[in-house]
Amino acid sequence: MTLWFVFALMTVAAIFAVLWPLGRGGRDQNQGSEVTVYKDQLVEIEHDLAAGLIARPEAEAARVEISRRLLAADSSESALAPTSNLKWRRAAAVLALVGLPLLAAAIYVPLGSPALRDFPLAQRERGSGPGMAQSLENLVAQVEQHLEKNPTDGRGWNVLAPVLERLGRFDEAVRAYRNSITYNGESAERRSDLGEAIAAAAGGVVTADAKTEFERAHALDADDPKANYFLGLAAEQDGRKDDAANIWRALLAKAPADAPWRPLVQASLARVGGGGTMPALSNETIAASKDMNEGDRNAMVRSMVERLATRLKQNGDDVDGWLRLVRAYLVMGDRDKARGASTDARQAVANDSERLRQLNEGLKNLGLDG
Amino acid sequence: MIAEAGHYALVLALALALIQSFVPLIGARLRDPALMNVARSTALAQLLFVGASFIALVTLHVSSDFSVANVYENSHSMKPLIYKITGVWGNHEGSMLLWVSILALFGGLVAAFGNNLPLSLRAHVLSVQAWIASAFYLFILITSNPFLRIANPPIEGRDLNPVLQDIGLAVHPPMLYLGYVGFSISFSFAIAALIEGRIDAAWARWVRPWTLVAWIFLTLGIAMGSYWAYYELGWGGWWFWDPVENASLMPWLAGTALLHSALVMEKRNALKVWTILLSILTFSLSLLGTFLVRSGVITSVHAFANDPTRGVFILLILCLFIGGSLSLFAGRATSLKQGGLFAPISREGALVLNNLLLTVACAVVLFGTLYPLAMEVLADFKMSVGAPFYNLTFVPLFALLLLAVPFGPMLAWKRGDLLGVTQRLLAAGVAGLVVVAIVWAWTRGGSALAPLAIGLGVFVIAGVVTDLVERTGLFRLPFATTLHRARGLPRSAWGTAFAHAGLGIALIGIVCETTWNSEYIATMKPNDVAQVAGYDLKLDGLLERQGPNYREMVAQFQVSKGGEPLSVMTPSKRSFTTRGASTTEAALLTRGASQLYISLGDVTAEGAIAVRIYHKPFVLLIWWGPVLMAFGGVLSLSDRRLRVGAPKPARAKQRLQPAE
Repeated sequence: MTLWFVFALMTVAAIFAVLWPLGRGGRDQNQGSEVTVYKDQLVEIEHDLAAGLIARPEAEAARVEISRRLLAADSSESALAPTSNLKWRRAAAVLALVGLPLLAAAIYVPLGSPALRDFPLAQRERGSGPGMAQSLENLVAQVEQHLEKNPTDGRGWNVLAPVLERLGRFDEAVRAYRNSITYNGESAERRSDLGEAIAAAAGGVVTADAKTEFERAHALDADDPKANYFLGLAAEQDGRKDDAANIWRALLAKAPADAPWRPLVQASLARVGGGGTMPALSNETIAASKDMNEGDRNAMVRSMVERLATRLKQNGDDVDGWLRLVRAYLVMGDRDKARGASTDARQAVANDSERLRQLNEGLKNLGLDG
Repeated sequence: MIAEAGHYALVLALALALIQSFVPLIGARLRDPALMNVARSTALAQLLFVGASFIALVTLHVSSDFSVANVYENSHSMKPLIYKITGVWGNHEGSMLLWVSILALFGGLVAAFGNNLPLSLRAHVLSVQAWIASAFYLFILITSNPFLRIANPPIEGRDLNPVLQDIGLAVHPPMLYLGYVGFSISFSFAIAALIEGRIDAAWARWVRPWTLVAWIFLTLGIAMGSYWAYYELGWGGWWFWDPVENASLMPWLAGTALLHSALVMEKRNALKVWTILLSILTFSLSLLGTFLVRSGVITSVHAFANDPTRGVFILLILCLFIGGSLSLFAGRATSLKQGGLFAPISREGALVLNNLLLTVACAVVLFGTLYPLAMEVLADFKMSVGAPFYNLTFVPLFALLLLAVPFGPMLAWKRGDLLGVTQRLLAAGVAGLVVVAIVWAWTRGGSALAPLAIGLGVFVIAGVVTDLVERTGLFRLPFATTLHRARGLPRSAWGTAFAHAGLGIALIGIVCETTWNSEYIATMKPNDVAQVAGYDLKLDGLLERQGPNYREMVAQFQVSKGGEPLSVMTPSKRSFTTRGASTTEAALLTRGASQLYISLGDVTAEGAIAVRIYHKPFVLLIWWGPVLMAFGGVLSLSDRRLRVGAPKPARAKQRLQPAE
């Protein structure tokens, strides 16, 4: 309601701006004229002459010129006497009273959204939405605001980082962990947390960046479980299953019996140490996923394929990996991508004739030797 | 409520502008003072409403109200406050709103301070002003509305283009717009004069302050933009002849010509028709600039064709105003009274030469800007016209102009004595030649033209000094008299002196920078030392820092000269997560008028970093020149006295100085 009241007030002000001069009837006549300008110019010449800026003959010539213009202006101006025309004034007043509001409404109504109230950030943060997630977001926003003002508050970044990670805002979590390291100093734990966030941001792939962080953490504390676990995972993703198994075995050997992460490592170890084939993206996996519902299956397959593609982009030496990727694309029926991947693969291993041979053979088997 | 009130205020401004477009015109025809005075109050009310609308948009940006599409697309809650504000005009919609706000501001100023204008002239001027305003309000409301809303506001905005998150952006566009839009006033005056069919020296006196204000702001705006490109884009270049820059240079050239021809008109009642034409052309070029920058036609003709609503709308406005005003000019110009006569060699003649050179230079730039576009449209052939073209065309024209600059102010009105002026300028010419010789002997490197160009710059400055010495009678008269005369000299004369000297100074800066600039491009590891122009720059190391909405990698350089440590320079690269973009923050070290400039490239795998280091001798002169020119403009503006050009009587043989 207030909005319409404000609109009405503004409209009245606009109408008033048109009506006011009409009502005053042009009483104040303080206007300039050419005559005034020329008269001022004549005075100016006297000043200049007195100040010695121009000489007498020149001043005389200028005076003659200006006087001539003054006379001409004077005669033309006297012809223009003001008149007043009531009919047109009334028309203008009606235009302002009726036309202006109508026009404003005609333009505003189709364009504006008068039903929408303002949503400034400060108001939204005070918690208007329902549910836990909303209030957590609000808390995060508040901490972020605090940190914007005090960017060197290491404790704040420490608190914020894991929350962001849990909310799935991995890129921001990475930033927060970096800041935490900058302002709190380095520790194995923080380094491996940062690595985990980087890996999470890359969809679970232990990228080179992430691996660097885990290696730093490992250097700071050789027994840091998270660093060890992820270094193992990195080895597994690089196809070095034995290395992975060794790392995880050593980790389990040193681990306290009640460590909560024991089952996870054991499961991982079983995955590589059991001697079984790498499950990811084998034909069986894709076949098995057929039992899932359509959406889940697609999402799963796509995420796996993407992860593999990301990893290969960083480390292209893995011929088996490339063949798996090409096969996966073929199974998914995406022949163009399969072809693209095989081209990438050839480029990646082009410097190594042995690998290139393996790759070409494998591609031939898949029916893609063009 | 703020968003909607701002929106409605803009709509009301349009309605008022429409009334202001016609009612005062009818009033002027009927000679009814009340109807004519409607122009004044509506112009002020328009200013009020557009101002409110602009303030509303600023408030929305500051409070991060992402329910407004424009705020969502161009802001971020973590952005520092100043960039929340400058982000308002860092995007298309907001900058157009700023454009009309400034238009309304000028209209409001004419309404508020135009008491010395004849009533009918003021009514006409404000009406024409309202035509322009109406067209642009419609443009904003229909094609680029900054107040459109999003029903379900997102939690975070998309951030402003990082390149624009810079203090330069806070200043540059408003200045430039004050310049562009300021010329709308002289345009309106010209159209009003054509409608009324009356034009005289008084007209020029009324237009003068508005043209000057626009010119001052445009000068500063261009200089600011050039400096911003210099330090923000990371290439150390300060002028690229790209269409956006040309778009601001063309109105400046035409505006400078207008400034000079209006002078002739005010003082001598001559060149009247030409001045009117220049007023029209200057504003037309401003409109063209707005069109080029705002329609997307520059990025690619094809991009423009993809979303043509905006471009076509501005093109329509352009055709309407340029075509309309030129037709009006063609129809009415013959009915205007011709003004005073003058001999070819006279102050008037010199100013005609100035106008000729400036307009030809402007035409050259126009050709260089539009030709590639025309080729792309007609022949589907992409090309760019760059520095080589302008070096061959624009530069010689300007050299000629500069050569003529010292002569102008020394010639007498109506009939001048070229030989006498040449004699008096002999000292300046000698000074220029001496400098040429010194520079030649000293450097031996670089272009052979460089010493000549520097000599030209010195000649311009020495010419200014000669003129001042002549007028004040320094060395000729007792010192007290000189002082008295200097004080008595009109401030506009001092303004001319400063503006012309600024030209010379800028020229020297340009030549020095382009000829003797040295650069060092390499990949550096920590503790590496680069040697540039006698400076040693040691890379101490790289560190990471967290900014409010970006992360930055800072490289720290120890600068020393001859083993003596001078300073620390910290160039950086900022990466902005929201837009996924990065910017280069160059580090500048000023030594006198010269600068050291470091900008960072990419980090290699081995932890080394690509670095570009420049030493730019006398580079700051390039911007001090325009600042001096603008200062001259301010001096001239502050001179409220009337300008009279006393003619030199035909028979008088005595050698007297011309009056200002």
